[in-house]
Amino acid sequence: MNGVLTILEYRGGWNRMSWEALAAGRALAAQLNQPLLAAVGGANLDEAMADLAAKPVASAYAVRHPLLGEYTADGFTAAFEQLIRAVDPALVLFPHTYQVRDFAPCLATRFGQTLIADSIDIRFDSGQPVFVRQLLQGKLNADYRHAGVGPCFASVQAGAFRADTLAEGPSGPACAVEEFTPRIEASQIRSQPGERFRQSAQTVDLSAASLIVAVGRGIKEQANLPVVEELARALGAELAASRPICDNGWLPMERQVGSSGQTVAPKVYIAVGISGAIQHLVGMKGSKAVIAINKDESAPIFEVADYGVVGDLFEVAPALTAAVKKVKGS
Amino acid sequence: MKILVAVKQVPSRDSAVRLDAAGKWLEEQDLTFEINEPDAYALEEALLLKQKHGGEVIVLCAGPERAGQTIRETLAKGADRAIHILCEDLVRLDTLALSRRLAAAAAAESPDLILTGLQSDDLGLGQTGVVMAEILGIPHAAIVMQVEILDSSVRVKRELEDGWFQWVQMPMPALLTIQSGISPLRYATLMGIKKAKTKEVRRIAPEQLSPPEPPTIELQRVYLPPRKKKTQMITGPPAEAAAKLADVLKFEMRVL
Repeated sequence: MNGVLTILEYRGGWNRMSWEALAAGRALAAQLNQPLLAAVGGANLDEAMADLAAKPVASAYAVRHPLLGEYTADGFTAAFEQLIRAVDPALVLFPHTYQVRDFAPCLATRFGQTLIADSIDIRFDSGQPVFVRQLLQGKLNADYRHAGVGPCFASVQAGAFRADTLAEGPSGPACAVEEFTPRIEASQIRSQPGERFRQSAQTVDLSAASLIVAVGRGIKEQANLPVVEELARALGAELAASRPICDNGWLPMERQVGSSGQTVAPKVYIAVGISGAIQHLVGMKGSKAVIAINKDESAPIFEVADYGVVGDLFEVAPALTAAVKKVKGS
Repeated sequence: MKILVAVKQVPSRDSAVRLDAAGKWLEEQDLTFEINEPDAYALEEALLLKQKHGGEVIVLCAGPERAGQTIRETLAKGADRAIHILCEDLVRLDTLALSRRLAAAAAAESPDLILTGLQSDDLGLGQTGVVMAEILGIPHAAIVMQVEILDSSVRVKRELEDGWFQWVQMPMPALLTIQSGISPLRYATLMGIKKAKTKEVRRIAPEQLSPPEPPTIELQRVYLPPRKKKTQMITGPPAEAAAKLADVLKFEMRVL
């Protein structure tokens, strides 16, 4: 077993999280003094391999097969299982994308392993990697280690590693691009994927908003929404929400911020009654400033907030609306 | 149609978080417990499918004695019967070992469809369902937002990133991991609560399901996340805190 194999995601274009995973893989490979390897699966990979050849990777594998043109868990699991058996890496790393969540657990199982999913950091202890994960929606951190024999499988969270570090440091010897043709039969693929689609044309573009008031579970019920609507109006801010609010139909889906909604980067993001589950944080952590109002002082939203108020939103939000009106009026 | 729903009991969202002396988990006596939210949606979907297509909904839960409360709640909502794998070691157990137990118990029922939440709110590895499917040798789809039954196959709407979706069809038996919010959750009725008391809960010891195996991953310690950002906490009565915030918005952030 040798090498850190990073499995990247490409579908006519790169999933940007691929480069973050590659940056994590590069740091791991350097620490373990092992080569950094990369692989990508698909049917048309010429452009992908041209991109990869310029990366600081020892070997890049084009896992190419007509049956990998459209993603299926069966096809990707079978193909990467064969690659891993052939390459025999010590570590297999993934970006924690929706696609990876669908097939990487199967792949790890085929090797008698458990995927250490959604890591936010990798430290080293006596030369061995320690994967840091979040528990209880971000309230706790936990250190995980691979145990026993066989390859270690891990995935890294969006935004946890910086892709721009790939351009730094020595580039090393030229990347060797290798073809890998897996043996896959059409009969092995049990699911039939349809076209990808977007639910509805988005009419609200939160990504351009400079001020956002976002509301979460703390609002308790739809009838309470005016509390935050008035605050947004007083500020001249766009109203946004965390997932549960949109799931309940209290606000339209197009106002949802997070991994399954929009990614925003306003000047100021005011989170009202939002606990700050990671799925929400990935959508708003590019905000220049964050103000959080929450009754639970241990809520993870305070980890990313510049200013925090621990208190009842039904008292604080109306008071803030009044204070904003007063400041604006003066 | 026979539908099996795998559910987990997890610490409630508003539980106080206090580390245990060994730094391995939480002080359990401080915690209250509830059904893992995505699993509640998986149960809801199973109950809706039963209403539409008939059949049986069986709840499968691995957990200590206290998980019995969560199991009763699923029966009160309308599940027909339940299987409780009694295990005290959930936190130390890795996904592979837990999934082997769940898969063995599920296989004995030969369900047409297995539903579970896409992830647990406590450990959040988000893979128990997918690993169960792999062990059982059945097709699966993760992060499902809608389910349609077509004769011997199932058509599901998968959620992808950034507001994208995809329909995927696969033969049954199949396993689906359900996304929160797929449809509004029902409440248990008084009649349901009463009926639940007489419904069957079969208890199984884990040794009956799969032999113990050495762990593949280890949770070494848990700790409070270090603060990355210096958060300035604004204190005082609401009106005072609000006035301070308005000042920050005007003079520091310059957005008013």
